[in-house]
Amino acid sequence: MSFMNTLMNGTDFDHKSLNALQKVTLRAVVMSFLFFGLVAIEGMIMRMVEVGPKAPIPHMFFHPAHFFSIMTVHPIVGIFGSTYQLVFGAFMFLVPFLTKKPLYSVKIANAVWLLITIGTAMSWIAAFVWQYAPLYTLYWPLPADTNQFSVVGGIVFIVGVALIMVGTLLFIYNIYATIFARVGIHKNKTTKELLISGFGIDGMLNLINKLRGKPPYSKDPALALPVVAIFRGTVDTFLDAIVILSAGILVLVYLIFDASGHPLNVASVDALLYKNYFWWGLDLVADGLVLIYVAGSWYLLATLITGQKLFMENVARAALMLELLVSWMVWSHHLLADQGQPEMMKLISGEMVTAFELLTQGLALFITLVTLWKARPLKMTPPLAYLLGGLVGFGLAVPAAIIQADMGMNRVLHNTQWIIFAHVHIALIVGLYMTLYSAVYVMWPLVTNNTTMFSKKLTWTHFWLYLIGGIGMGAFAGMAGLDGMLRRHLYVHGEFNTLMILAAICGTMVLIAWAIFLFNIVMSVGVKGLIGIFLPAEDKTASYGIEEDDN
Amino acid sequence: MTFASSKELLSFHWMAYSIYAIFIISLIAWFAYNLTRKEKAKSIVRIPFYGYMAFLVAMGVGHHIFTYNSIPWVSQDIMRHHIKPDASYEFEVGNHKWINMPKHVTVQCGQTIKFDVHSRDLVYGFGLFRQDGSMVMQMQVNPGTDVNGILDSNDILWTFNHNGTFDVMSTEYSGPEAYDEKTGDSKMIVEKWLTVQGCKEGGKK
Repeated sequence: MSFMNTLMNGTDFDHKSLNALQKVTLRAVVMSFLFFGLVAIEGMIMRMVEVGPKAPIPHMFFHPAHFFSIMTVHPIVGIFGSTYQLVFGAFMFLVPFLTKKPLYSVKIANAVWLLITIGTAMSWIAAFVWQYAPLYTLYWPLPADTNQFSVVGGIVFIVGVALIMVGTLLFIYNIYATIFARVGIHKNKTTKELLISGFGIDGMLNLINKLRGKPPYSKDPALALPVVAIFRGTVDTFLDAIVILSAGILVLVYLIFDASGHPLNVASVDALLYKNYFWWGLDLVADGLVLIYVAGSWYLLATLITGQKLFMENVARAALMLELLVSWMVWSHHLLADQGQPEMMKLISGEMVTAFELLTQGLALFITLVTLWKARPLKMTPPLAYLLGGLVGFGLAVPAAIIQADMGMNRVLHNTQWIIFAHVHIALIVGLYMTLYSAVYVMWPLVTNNTTMFSKKLTWTHFWLYLIGGIGMGAFAGMAGLDGMLRRHLYVHGEFNTLMILAAICGTMVLIAWAIFLFNIVMSVGVKGLIGIFLPAEDKTASYGIEEDDN
Repeated sequence: MTFASSKELLSFHWMAYSIYAIFIISLIAWFAYNLTRKEKAKSIVRIPFYGYMAFLVAMGVGHHIFTYNSIPWVSQDIMRHHIKPDASYEFEVGNHKWINMPKHVTVQCGQTIKFDVHSRDLVYGFGLFRQDGSMVMQMQVNPGTDVNGILDSNDILWTFNHNGTFDVMSTEYSGPEAYDEKTGDSKMIVEKWLTVQGCKEGGKK
């Protein structure tokens, strides 16, 4: 088959054979990886600026307003436009697949990816056109500072973020409506039984009964373990959406009053109290839903790859319950450098409770590794390799987080490149995305009806470039942080030149890896197939692997 | 074991974390290799589940106990309202400018200095940096007022045990106007603001 023929038609992909659930899943996946490309390019632009004035990029990127506009939308595009889309798309497929029930509403699923896409695009446009740049942390009163930022830009940005959050709330509704639907295998289950299972309480009760020598509370839990993780993580997703949405409304109110010529007093809102509120919500992304969703994904991937039961399933269920408490009480580790923050909150929330994440994530790592080990020998397939890459990512990033969540260390690490690279970028790029790539390869035959991947060599090239590039970028930029390089600062003279060049080389590897991945996918489904994914599905089925039940 | 300066601490941290990173990458690589082999792998060490859990708890809690005992500024920070400093410097920041800040500060070796910074508008940071760019210490500077309308304190105590000349920089982003529009240089850097003298070559008096 000629190159052009494969480019247009793919290998053996037929978009007409896909049902509504498969199509809506693929739409979110496509948008997610397009946004990933955008975020990788943004990251590279910032890295090149930090390399210094001799970097081969246009001088306009060295302009402070331009540079910080990119820095503002970089996490919005990366976390919401790419990660949220991919995770939400995958979960809206997996929950019906694992519960053997139809998705509550395909229309809502379509609204989710559309709202997140439009919202992300609006935020990006606000930064690009009006250079609205308060950064994702939105530290009060910077987002309402109309001396520095355009009111129109601010309103467009906030409305964009609000649309993302509305999309998020619709995703949550769709997931819970699917889980609680009493059809199929859950026809005879009560809401209470589903709730107990969803929170992982049955696993905890099973453990307690085992210790007391009693029979298990539930031999056959109502929900599969990955669904429990999705259920639990989605609680944090909800709380986080409410916090971000309410902070957005606050900023919007100030901007609208300013535009009407009656500016409100920004000092009416206490900056430290706002920081606490906003970080409580924002941290539910990093230390709540990400860790829980990832643990659930590891468990699912380990069982699907090995075809065996998960090791210590009851402990895993109970640990997900423990994460509920931990994720709600750790936000103060972001405020260890705030001298007005009460010392007790720094000590208990910032240090001690945060340290529990070493335990919960260490447990998830252990259970996943033992499940894989018990199924030896295994073939090193792309899903397994990416899963192991994901374990490496969190194996590096979580201890880095525990180290910096310390009053002594934070005094010299806060707001440095160490935090954003050695911890955040390693966690996201290597830990989270390697796990998601594993899920993509596991789900590929399911959502594309066994379409042949264009090239295995390209898959492995992507794997190695991405893994080495991701870890390398995190390591070199992290080292710059230890040398004093700040994370939210513009360096225009190449102050940390050597480490930034090395980080830029590794960042380029990640960008090339993304291009290879995208090329491999496009060559597999073809341009026609790619367009076909966005055409209405002829088969309206909202489930996979079961017959639709009218009950 | 006590770290006399942030430089010593960060060097130790660099070394310890690098060793850990090599260890964890090697461990997963070893695991991946043996996962695909038909022959049973020889265990280097057998760790029971509860031993592993106990190890994680010990690491999580022990890390803080270790830093509390080895990093001098932790206890000093917690107890700072009960410690009398050798000198205090109180100033403000607003509109991306340091206000009423002394032009230069000279500190004698071993002195404990209190810096109390108030913000008139946005969130800033206050950080001291060595001439090689490495960080001595930093804190966030939040705006806000008390019930009497007095700007909130953002205070930190620091004991200087090494000679040197340090720059001041805002360690928190406060908008693009903190930078020169044409050159991109920060407007909030005060070069060679603080000098420490009287210490021996290896630090302390």
